[in-house]
Amino acid sequence: MALLSVRDLQVDFTTRNGRVTAVNKISFDVESGKITAIIGESGSGKSVACYSLLGLLPTPPASVESGTAVFEGRDLLAMSEAQLREIRGRDIAMIFQDPMTCLNPYMTVGDQLIEPLVYHRKVSKAAARERALELLAEVGLRDPAATIDQYPHQFSGGMRQRVMIAMALINEPKLLIADEPTTALDVTIQAQILELVAELQRKRDIGVIFISHDLSVVADIADEIVVMEKGHLVERGDRAAIFEQAQHPYTRKLLDAIPAGSKAVSSEVREDLITVSHLCTWFGQGRGKEPLRAVDDVSFTIQRGEVLGLVGESGSGKSTIGRSLLRLVPVTSGEVLFDGTDVTGLEGVALKHMRRRMQMIFQDPYASLNPRMSVYDTLAEPLLLHDIESRRTVEQGVLKLMDDVGLARAFVRKYPHEFSGGQRQRIAIGRALATRPEFVVADEPVSALDVTIQAQILDLMLDLGREYGLTMLFVSHDLAVVRHIADRILVLYKGKVVEQGTGEALFERPQQEYTRQLLQSIPGRALLA
Amino acid sequence: MSTVAHSEVLAAEQGTSLWQDAWRRLRKNRLALFGLWVLVFFVLIAIFTPWLAPYAHDAQNLDLGASPPSAAHWLGTDIFGRDLLTQIMYGGRISLAVGFVATAVALVIGVTWGAVAGYVGGRVDAVMMRLVDILYALPFMIFIVLLMVVFGRNLLLLFLAIGAVEWLTMARIMRGQVQSLRQQEFVEAAISLGLSPATIVRRHLVPNALGPIIVYTTLTIPSVMLLEAFLSFLGLGVQPPATSWGLLISYGAETMEEYPWLLIFPGVALTLTLFALNFLGDGLRDALDVRGSGD
Repeated sequence: MALLSVRDLQVDFTTRNGRVTAVNKISFDVESGKITAIIGESGSGKSVACYSLLGLLPTPPASVESGTAVFEGRDLLAMSEAQLREIRGRDIAMIFQDPMTCLNPYMTVGDQLIEPLVYHRKVSKAAARERALELLAEVGLRDPAATIDQYPHQFSGGMRQRVMIAMALINEPKLLIADEPTTALDVTIQAQILELVAELQRKRDIGVIFISHDLSVVADIADEIVVMEKGHLVERGDRAAIFEQAQHPYTRKLLDAIPAGSKAVSSEVREDLITVSHLCTWFGQGRGKEPLRAVDDVSFTIQRGEVLGLVGESGSGKSTIGRSLLRLVPVTSGEVLFDGTDVTGLEGVALKHMRRRMQMIFQDPYASLNPRMSVYDTLAEPLLLHDIESRRTVEQGVLKLMDDVGLARAFVRKYPHEFSGGQRQRIAIGRALATRPEFVVADEPVSALDVTIQAQILDLMLDLGREYGLTMLFVSHDLAVVRHIADRILVLYKGKVVEQGTGEALFERPQQEYTRQLLQSIPGRALLA
Repeated sequence: MSTVAHSEVLAAEQGTSLWQDAWRRLRKNRLALFGLWVLVFFVLIAIFTPWLAPYAHDAQNLDLGASPPSAAHWLGTDIFGRDLLTQIMYGGRISLAVGFVATAVALVIGVTWGAVAGYVGGRVDAVMMRLVDILYALPFMIFIVLLMVVFGRNLLLLFLAIGAVEWLTMARIMRGQVQSLRQQEFVEAAISLGLSPATIVRRHLVPNALGPIIVYTTLTIPSVMLLEAFLSFLGLGVQPPATSWGLLISYGAETMEEYPWLLIFPGVALTLTLFALNFLGDGLRDALDVRGSGD
């Protein structure tokens, strides 16, 4: 007998353009003591399906059209709001992607933990506090007695997620719904949280629904996997079946999209295009305070035509290095030689000419395009600025760029908000290539995208890199992605270079402890290797 | 920028810009649309007043004196026998002109000042904004009164003086907008393309910061018109025989007990305009607030 049994669930949304079916007649079971992963890209309806079970969707615009969801013999979908409130947080608990937005910043962690206990279980405050301390210890918070009275902002991202998990577990739920709980976290932290979820689930013998866009994340922990595409359930099965004999083409596409393997090492020795020596970029934190050493005495070279991967966790200074090379942040000291010229001292016209030769692709395609400029204006701007095309020929230049990055010409007069994330990133790549640069810094260019789109954009970048003869600095927190695209990899930790080498050497024979730790954190490495 | 004659680009289907999107939302707001039409109506009347007015601007009929509304004089006449409708139409010309021109002056100064301060930042920003703070602290009624007393009552000076008062808030709003926008990646992208700071401000920052500014502008026009009315009421604004709604209201107030229509009709004209502008401003705020979310 399944703990939760969903049958023919259909959820519709009423929008300006009519009704949209977000979840289309899906059925699945969640067993006690098992982790059921729901996998799908954005818009697949995976979150909507789970939120609708708990009555957490705003109605209207959402409406549950049909279906049953039997939890311990009672149909959740037929319950009143009051009945659901009894179940939410007590029998079924949720953890979310971003712990900061789910914790009240004005309440101490302890008070927030105690609240549901006092509300649902009617226990005394002292007893509840005891219980909270036990739980915080169980989810691996160091020194709970000292931290229980702190506020959420005093915790790191990973610790906050542990607090969220403790909050979810405090009423001993039978079912835990985790909505992308590790997406906002660094890889090493992600590995720890995944381990924690799996461990707690084993120990407490509860059912877990784990929602994720990334198959590799659940590769180590899921028992059952449900794959959703555009509101439909396309495949479900146990982990081995999905990873080894996926039937549905979409599932196979998801599996193929997981970047795997190293780029072939080229033995060709080329001249150095960029030589960085003793680069320091510090950010002042006010008078008398120690500056933040975002980049601290970093030296490396990039050969012409090479893709150099820059890997590190948040706060490692990897983005700051890219921005320092392009003079987007002021460099504190050190030298950046680009084709023999020191970039750090350039001003005025010389700087403008140098900017033409080095460009940047940004992480968030929603923020990196001016929302008030059409594709045509966005792409024509650099072409005209650097006299690459004249006013007469600029139109052909724009259309050629659109062809290169794989955007239909018919979209030329559309605005950024009319495109999907992947299409926007193509526009941003087109803009970066417009100046015919020799060097491009790509700052996490695929981390905001769905997996299948991510694979397309990576391929596009590799193709264009060859076609345009680009040298690239590829900044990412995702080791698998970097291994796939980079010739050589630099590992950063707290502003310093820890290790460097070819992808293969680094993955097979890591020399440093930190690199080893980073490699072990890659989700699903056992299954996907 | 798009100056291509025959082209594939022009043949392509045009996307919906955020401005068009906002206009679509505004059109659904009946009250705001009503405000817009009232405003357009008043502005058209103001422009064509010399041809539309039933009587000459300075035509008096001392024998008639103040008379209540009648078939010959729809809104009645004042104590000199001048047609009140004519007076209101001519007064509207001045009042609306003061409202729009002074606001435009404030807009240009405020947007430029705020954008520069916000974009350049650092010391320049500190100095520019401290100056704004100092100007804020000055009692502006007294400043305007002094200007009027020293330089005499001059319509152009009135425009400039009111404009000079109203740009301060505009500059603060603009600076705040630009400061938050310049953290965005598209501005970094523009810098790394090699665009000059002036171009970045003009093409990338100002258009994106304009939403709140437009809303504030529609709310500034009424406050400027009220300021003018107040100055005229004090006898410091428009000089007879030229007239404005403020001046008409001031005369009307003096004789309110004998000839109430002399106060009521100019008052209604001013109130209607202010309502229209406020409705429009409200509608614009709603229309421009939603950021390209499609709904």
